[in-house]
Order: sequence, then C-alpha cells, then structure tokens
Amino acid sequence: MATDAPPPSKEQHRLPSPEEFSEVQQSAEFGELRRSFRSFAFPLTIAFVAWYLLYVLLSNYAGGFMGTELFGNINVAFVFGLAQFVTTFLIAWWYSRHAAAKLDPKAEAIKSRMEGGA
Amino acid sequence: MSPVQHSVLAADLAANEASEHRPLIITLFAVFVVATLVITVWAGRQTKDAADFYAGGRQFSAFQNGLAVSGDYMSAASFLGIAGAIAIFGYDGFLYSIGFLVAWLVALLLVAEPLRNSGRYTMGDVLAYRMRQRPVRTAAGTSTIVVSIFYLLAQMAGAGVLVSLLLGITSDAGKILIVALVGVLMIVYVSIGGMKGTTWVQMVKAVLLIGGTLLITFLVLLKFDFNISDLLGTAAENSGKGAAFLEPGLQYGATGTSKLDFISLGIALVLGTAGLPHILIRFYTVPNAKAARKSVNWAIGIIGAFYLMTIALGFGAAALISQKEIIESNPSGNTAAPLLALHIGGVDSAWGAILLATISAVAFATILAVVAGLTLASSSSFAHDIYANVIRKGRATEKEEMKAARWATVFIGVVSIALGALARDLNVAGLVALAFAVAASANLPTILYSLFWKRFTTQGALWSIYGGLIVAVGLVLFSPVVSGDPKAMFPDVDFAWFPLKNPGIISIPFGFLMGWLGTVLSKEEPDAAKYAELEVRSLTGTGAH
Repeated sequence: MATDAPPPSKEQHRLPSPEEFSEVQQSAEFGELRRSFRSFAFPLTIAFVAWYLLYVLLSNYAGGFMGTELFGNINVAFVFGLAQFVTTFLIAWWYSRHAAAKLDPKAEAIKSRMEGGA
Repeated sequence: MSPVQHSVLAADLAANEASEHRPLIITLFAVFVVATLVITVWAGRQTKDAADFYAGGRQFSAFQNGLAVSGDYMSAASFLGIAGAIAIFGYDGFLYSIGFLVAWLVALLLVAEPLRNSGRYTMGDVLAYRMRQRPVRTAAGTSTIVVSIFYLLAQMAGAGVLVSLLLGITSDAGKILIVALVGVLMIVYVSIGGMKGTTWVQMVKAVLLIGGTLLITFLVLLKFDFNISDLLGTAAENSGKGAAFLEPGLQYGATGTSKLDFISLGIALVLGTAGLPHILIRFYTVPNAKAARKSVNWAIGIIGAFYLMTIALGFGAAALISQKEIIESNPSGNTAAPLLALHIGGVDSAWGAILLATISAVAFATILAVVAGLTLASSSSFAHDIYANVIRKGRATEKEEMKAARWATVFIGVVSIALGALARDLNVAGLVALAFAVAASANLPTILYSLFWKRFTTQGALWSIYGGLIVAVGLVLFSPVVSGDPKAMFPDVDFAWFPLKNPGIISIPFGFLMGWLGTVLSKEEPDAAKYAELEVRSLTGTGAH
C-alpha cells in the first residue's frame, strides 16, 4: 500500500545555481506564475477569513438575529455554522481546480527546464 | 485536596457499569496497543535513513497522508473536548468545530505546497531557508517544542479523564501511572517507528475514530428518527436552558470580556492550524506538492465529516444525559462522549457497557496517536534544527542526528508526563486552543513573511517568533487558565491579571507586528539571492527533496 505512490527519486536533482534562480525569478514566465497564484490565493484568503469573522461577530453581537428560528428548532446560527462547512468544501475544491488548470502546468514547465539543464 | 474529588460520584457510576466488562475494555485497549506496536516494529525495520525517520521515506500516497493528517488533527480535543463543550454550553461549543475546519483553508492555500517544495524535514527548514541558520533554527525549534508541549498537555489531560471514568481510578497515583504508561508507549512508537510507524498508527486511528463516531451518530439519529430539529429541541429542553442552548452566547455572551474571549478563541482557531509543526511535517511524507495539496483535500473532507458529527455527539449527550451527570463526571464535559455511548446503549445493559468500552478505546487510541505525532514533531525539530544545525553546525552525520532525535523523544515524553498531571480539570478543547494561539502568534507570521515577503530579514524572523511566543505564553500564564479560577491548574492562588482565557486577539497581531518591525528596523539587507531561490523553489518544486 505504501508503494502505490510513485517512488521519490533518492538521488538529488541538479540544483540550479544562484544566478539561474535569480534569472528565473526575474523572468516574465515566473512572474506570470506568481501572479496567477497570488491573485487567486491572497484575495480568497482574505475573503474566507472575513466571512468566518462575520460569523464570529454575529454570534457575539447579533444574538437576536442568530436565534431566529427558521424551521422547527433550526435557527439562523445553526444554518450559518453549516454554511461555513459548505463554503470550506467549495473553496478547497475551487482552489484545487484553479491550481491544476493554471498553476501546475506553468510550475512543471519551469521546473523541468531548470532541472533538465544539467 | 484533590481537584478530582467532585468527579468521583459519576465516575463511580460509569466505572460500575464498566467494571463488569472491565476484561472487555482492557482487551480492546490491549488489542490496539499490540497492533500498533507490531506496526511500529515493522516500520522501524524499514527505517534506514533520515528521510525515512523524519519523513516516512516520502512514499505515502495523498489519500494515505490525508488520512494520517486527519488522525494527527482530530485529537482528544476534537473528540472529547468539543462533544463536552457542546453538551454543556450548546451552540458556543460548536465554534470549535467550525474554526478547526475553516483553518485548513489557510494551510491549503498558503502553506502546504510551498512548504513541501522548499523544506526537507521540519518547519525550521523553511523558516531558516533565507536567514542566518543558527539563530532562526534555534527559534523555530524552541517554538516547535513549546507548541507541541501545550498540545501534549491537553492529550494527557484527556488520558487521565478517560482512565478515571473507565477504571474508576481516582487516586493521583493511579492516574499518574496511566499517564506514565501513555508516555512510555509514545516514546516507543516514535523512537522505533519514526515517521513511517507514526503515519501508519495515525491511519489506523483515523479509521477507528471515524468508525466509532459514525456508529454513535447513527444511533443518536436513529433515536430521533433522523429528525435533527427534534434532537436539538430535546437537547435544549433537557439542558434546562431552553432555546438559549441553541443560540450563541451561553458560554461567552455574559460580559464584554467574555465576548472578546470568544473572538480571541475564534481567531486563534482559524489561524493556528497552518502553524502547527506536527501537522506541517506531515506534508513531507508525500512525493511532491501536488500530492500535498491532494492530501489536504482528503483531510478537509474527512475532518469536515467528523466535525459535522460532533453536532450529534454534543447535542446527543445534552439530549440524553442530565447536565448534572455530565458535569459531575467532569466539570468541563470531557467525558460526555463516552457517557453518551453508555446511555445510548442502555445504562444497565451489556450493550451499553460494550459501547462505552469501544468508544473509550477509540478515544484512547486517538490520544496515543496524537501524542506520538506531537512527540515526533518536537524531537525531529530538536534533532534536525537545534542539534544538527546549531550545536553541531551542520557537521552531524545522519546516524548521530537520528540518535539525538531518539533521546529527545525520551526527554519530551518525561516532560509531558510531568505536566500532564497538572491539567486534569480543564476542557481539553480549550487547552488545545492555547496551542493554536501560540502557533498562530509565533509560527504563522514567520512562515507567511518568509514565503511571501521579499524584504523579510533574520531579525524580523526572530522578533516574530520570540515576540509571538513570549506574549502568547506570558498571557496564558497570567490568565484564568492557570490561576484564580476553580478549574485552573492552580486553583488556590490568583495571579490572573489578564482576563481572557485565550491570548490570540493580542498575541497574533503582536507576532505579525514584531515580524514587520524587526524587518524595517534591521540593519542587514535581506539576502536577495536566497529569496530568489526560495521563491522559485516554493512555487515550482525545483530541486524538491
């Protein structure tokens, strides 16, 4: 079972020189990768932290609203809590889709070029 | 004067139920211990080099690691603590479940992949990457060990609670013996099995925990004909608090200070996960960053499902057991989940006793596994960051490094046994939240600055680690958790001038602030070449181990 993942290479890849790293860091291609990572992950992080804090603050300071019963004994607070679960699952799925489509191919290309240049 | 006096009554009750079936309970415990020891010895024989010991050979699949991450994460705090907090305080206890889950997004979006790409064995690898090695590694090692010991404290408290419930052991000597047994087992798991053994133990434990929780959830829902509204209504009524039980505010709504405490706890929960060393090193056990991402996704699915079930555990306990019994058994509700098992099976029936035994064995497995994970994280960090890179300045051989790790395991085991005796009456989820606060204050700012801020310097890293660490731990020391409260570690003295139980609201911004301040005030220039290397490696995986 422990072997159904591809075995990692035990031998060290050629690690590119500091100059190569600096060159790649300055390149347009890497800039594009950095941009598509940061412009996705950073705002999304701020958004879900804000959404979570909204829940915490409403719990604290809007007890009346949170206690409103929607159906049976299920109140707004309960639904709000479950909504946090749902958004967490959705964001995880969304990020993974973005990473697979937009980040992985660019990262792969740079990596194989840098390591293959031996 | 023993702080456990008031728990004698209900503990006796459950212990009586359990006593007829004590052979069963002991058999279940023993089966788990023997099975995991076999795994450990087997894994130990396959552990040949440092990559095996620290990172399990990096050969685990994303699903296996996702399961192991879940195992490492769903500690006694989740199982015993959250169920107890909900059973006593109703809706307010549910914040733990939500915060503990949402927190995974920080790990997924910002930390898991860059860490896997650029580090080797420890959190310190990434923090020290572009900095002066010795001071930053010392700081990273220190904070790893402090966070892990806080976390260990909670697990040991959970172990003590379980044992007094099950075996009716209420004497201090008996409890210390059990805590010592847990300590010895964890030393064996970690020093022999390393990361490989520990990972397998986590997987077994995760399956058992999910299985046990599913069973209880199913039985609770069955009792209410799968009508959740009914379950909640009965819980509210039986709790004696009515509709307020289902609304926020029962635990934290009383005063302005307690409301601040709620926010403080909420922030610590959501920002803590991505700074927990024992979780971070799990990402090194998979072959690459893509697998690390997938394992976080598996973990989010498994952990999310588990936390949804805490609703049934906590409100189920509140609905089916009297508040008096829950609180008498443990003032913080830590025994609500095992008591629920007993009640749902029938208090005077064999089925009830069997369920109690099963759930307790699951809780025991949970504690053992998490304790092993924490010990591995701290002894790895001691051996790799402090011993190999600071004391031996990078000249230690792999053999010497692994030997140091094994000795560190013994040392940390002994320390946590000693501390475990102090924290018996505190809610274990609350204790774990302290570890989260320390991790979010000292580790998270430093990780994020290191990975994403070009100008960040060695001085900035040191200020954020030590600043966050000292303020977080200092505030806890002077909080009602340690003194001045009947449930505190030292209830007879009072030096609690800081009113909040969780320091996060002060210490986390302080950690970020110190990292920024240390950087802008430092005289040295950031190492641009090293940052180029770290940035390219962390985003592309070039040269990943």
